[in-house]
Amino acid sequence: MPKITFIEYDGTVHEVDADIGETVMEAAMRGSIASIVAECGGSCTCATCHVYVDDAWLEKTGERSLEEEEQLDNAYDVRANSRLSCQIKMSEELDGLLVRTPSYQGR
Amino acid sequence: MLDATNVIKTDALIIGAGPCGLFAVFELGLLDIKAHLVDILDKPGGQCAELYPEKPIYDIPGIPLVTGDGLTKALLEQIKPFGPQFHFGEMVQTIERIGDPEFRVTTDAGKVFECKVVIVAAGGGSFQPKRPPIPGIEAYEAKSVHYAVRQMEQFRGKRLLIAGGGDSALDWTLNLAPIASHLTLLHRRQEFRAAPDSVNKMMALVGEGKIDFVLGQVTSLEGSDGQVSKAIVKRNDGSNFEIACDAILPFFGLTMKLGPVANWGLKLTDDLIEVETASFETSEKGIFAIGDINTYPGKLKLILCGFHEGALAAQKIHRYVYPEKKLTFQYTTSSTSLQKKLGVA
Repeated sequence: MPKITFIEYDGTVHEVDADIGETVMEAAMRGSIASIVAECGGSCTCATCHVYVDDAWLEKTGERSLEEEEQLDNAYDVRANSRLSCQIKMSEELDGLLVRTPSYQGR
Repeated sequence: MLDATNVIKTDALIIGAGPCGLFAVFELGLLDIKAHLVDILDKPGGQCAELYPEKPIYDIPGIPLVTGDGLTKALLEQIKPFGPQFHFGEMVQTIERIGDPEFRVTTDAGKVFECKVVIVAAGGGSFQPKRPPIPGIEAYEAKSVHYAVRQMEQFRGKRLLIAGGGDSALDWTLNLAPIASHLTLLHRRQEFRAAPDSVNKMMALVGEGKIDFVLGQVTSLEGSDGQVSKAIVKRNDGSNFEIACDAILPFFGLTMKLGPVANWGLKLTDDLIEVETASFETSEKGIFAIGDINTYPGKLKLILCGFHEGALAAQKIHRYVYPEKKLTFQYTTSSTSLQKKLGVA
């Protein structure tokens, strides 16, 4: 079972067990990561599950899709390592993934 | 102020024109109960229209796959025989009890309804513009930071900063460019998710030197007494620069907020309306709540649950609207009277 470490903007660290094939957002919801809102429930239509992927994991998490890139226009403080966590699917390869959450998801 | 001739009278007022509000029209209609619907969006469908019009939904009974837009269209077709009246782009502000039950309801656009019952089908609340997390932005809101344009004239001769890359940002850039003394469009990247025609027109204005298009994101504001004087903008390389401006219009999409629902005196748990599950009536007699906005033991936020809730609510509502009439349960498959209402008999 791959693990994900979430570091919230206030420094709180959470480690969550993820199922293979579920998204980082879904694992965050189960793990009650308060700074991930996921208003649209994973449809890539709200930009409220915004995370910053740690640089060491950027390559393995892959590139943003066009849809995700467009949706990030509705997020704030978008950086080079910004992703929508509902668009990152967990695999064994991502065991140990480290993401940080922004201070604000839009509400 | 209250002119009796302008009051809209109806049996049921439904707050929210999402799938549950729309289907409630059907269940009410079968029982001869007329409905008006109010929604803050400019179109029917609620989250189906705003959040996932093109996305597939797999759990509508009997329909293996339908998009949010497809479901909305199908529901509109289904409720057509009952002639629902829509009031879009408006938010219900107040609900006042004037009978047992009977209500006077007002919207932010100044409309007044008088109805026997209110059905709150408001989903996650009302869709409202996202407010950028810029420190101290509240102080400028309504004075020099605006999330919507009500009157273009207020921007005449001003230096405008429009932030965002969607259709709202582009449309208002094109509309306000001739009125503003100077206009800057700020977006985080070169590409836009707006209508290509609008993007082309905007780029043409940039080419003619009529407006500026710059890349970056606002990080802070300067000004005093609610009047902004400049925005500090971060470039994608991390460096900062300033844009002098008299007004800022951020367009970063919509988010759901509970809004006025909290002020209607209904019993809430975690911002959800408590209902009893025989009729989905709230703590207030004559006010019902269906769909994602309600809560009860075992509640699931599924469209199909909201449909069921609307059907049961209609039964109780019939008693309020037609206290003298006995309600006989009938099926649309076999009842000639129901089929006449549907226009198929």
